[in-house]
Amino acid sequence: MSQKDIENQLIEAIRRAETELPKDVILALEKAYKIEEGLAKVQLEAILENIKVARETSTPMCQDTGIQTFYIEAGTDFLYLGELKDIITNAVMKATKEVPLRPNTVNPFTGENPGNNVGNYVPYITWDIVNGEECTIHLMPKGGGSENMCALHMMAPGKGIKGLKRFVVDHVVSCEGKPCPPTVIGIGVGGGADLALKLGKRSLLRDVGVRHTESSIAELEEELLLLINESGVGPMGVGGKTTALDVHIEYAHRHPASFPIGIAVQCWADRRSTVKIKKDGRVEVI
Amino acid sequence: MANIKLNTPFDKEDIQGLKVGDTVYITGNMFTARDEAHLEMIKLHKEGKEIPFKPGDMALFHCGPVVQKVNDEWRIVSAGPTTSIRMEIFEDEFLKTFEVRMIIGKGGMGDKTLKALEEVGAVYVHYTGGAGALAAKAIKKVVDVYWLRELGIPEAAWILDVEEFGPLSVTMDAHGNSLYVDLGKKVKKNLEKIHEKIEG
Repeated sequence: MSQKDIENQLIEAIRRAETELPKDVILALEKAYKIEEGLAKVQLEAILENIKVARETSTPMCQDTGIQTFYIEAGTDFLYLGELKDIITNAVMKATKEVPLRPNTVNPFTGENPGNNVGNYVPYITWDIVNGEECTIHLMPKGGGSENMCALHMMAPGKGIKGLKRFVVDHVVSCEGKPCPPTVIGIGVGGGADLALKLGKRSLLRDVGVRHTESSIAELEEELLLLINESGVGPMGVGGKTTALDVHIEYAHRHPASFPIGIAVQCWADRRSTVKIKKDGRVEVI
Repeated sequence: MANIKLNTPFDKEDIQGLKVGDTVYITGNMFTARDEAHLEMIKLHKEGKEIPFKPGDMALFHCGPVVQKVNDEWRIVSAGPTTSIRMEIFEDEFLKTFEVRMIIGKGGMGDKTLKALEEVGAVYVHYTGGAGALAAKAIKKVVDVYWLRELGIPEAAWILDVEEFGPLSVTMDAHGNSLYVDLGKKVKKNLEKIHEKIEG
């Protein structure tokens, strides 16, 4: 394994994420297609056909190829720990030309776009340091339309779980078709303002259909999904039974005076891929 | 609900015959325009300058595509719709000025545009958000591009030659009907029931 191998596999992982939707998402979309009718069915048919065309032609499924967002579990003895950030940055620049990706990084003050999807704090990387020599890199290209629908609410703790349910449902419904539903909703509860949002987004890494390990949280995820889908917003906001494909919750302990709720909204193009760098030096894209 | 095939330039009567819920596929020409291209075209018109193409003969597509230059020719890689409501602030003026008969976008538009659609005899059709690869497949050729240097790739006006581009769902017709208004009322009622359930 060399730095070049890792870079190449990262470029492949970006291509994979942009052109092939994970199986769990496709299954959920196919299930939705079966139960919908009218314009809602037309939307899902177009989505499924689009997924097929993207895979067959190795074309980005959406023109908004997103901001490249990485979650890393890096072993303390991983050989390239010090170089990994540069390797990822180079991979993003090269993938921009090779996949290709839309140049999506803009200086917020000058409007200048370097054209390579790289800039201050971008690609955005979250680091977790673990024991060992291996390294796992999760990639989530995050589109702007759904990102604009993310929200933070510092709820009065006295409103309790009912308050949480109400905020989540009201917010998702108020988004209408803007985040390109059916969406996946990631909810971070507790911690502080920053952590709540971070947990919410991170929960989107979990496969669609996979529940939280704690049964009471798992039940809450299922209840929220049902409530959101009773709204009738539907695929692309044209009306229908499937407003969300799933709801994921992660939580942290909170300050007694705070009840932060962070909502991360992901569009139907719930794009993900993973690069695993094994102990023996093998680099795999999953 | 009907499946309808239309060619550009559109016939006003054909457009007025479309109803909310219809599905349309179009063949012919479209131009992409997001915020900046709208503003540029309105500005040029006000200055009495000519627009280098005939917007009224084409469909207007709210889109910022991914493009690639292959052997000196532009190729559209991915081209799904962008959120239309951003254009609400000037779309009525744009429609009346250029007599565009069809807007393709996502998420729908507001009252001002709905009124302008009726006045001009035009429709708003919804194209599935994110279906960029499917759209690119229906785009046969990039005919031309305007204001590329000034506005950049996503904001430039790309003139596209398309074949059976769709499915496009009519969500706002030329008679003042909007799926979004009707659905909004329904969702509001549903939400009241959901609140009752939560408060249990």
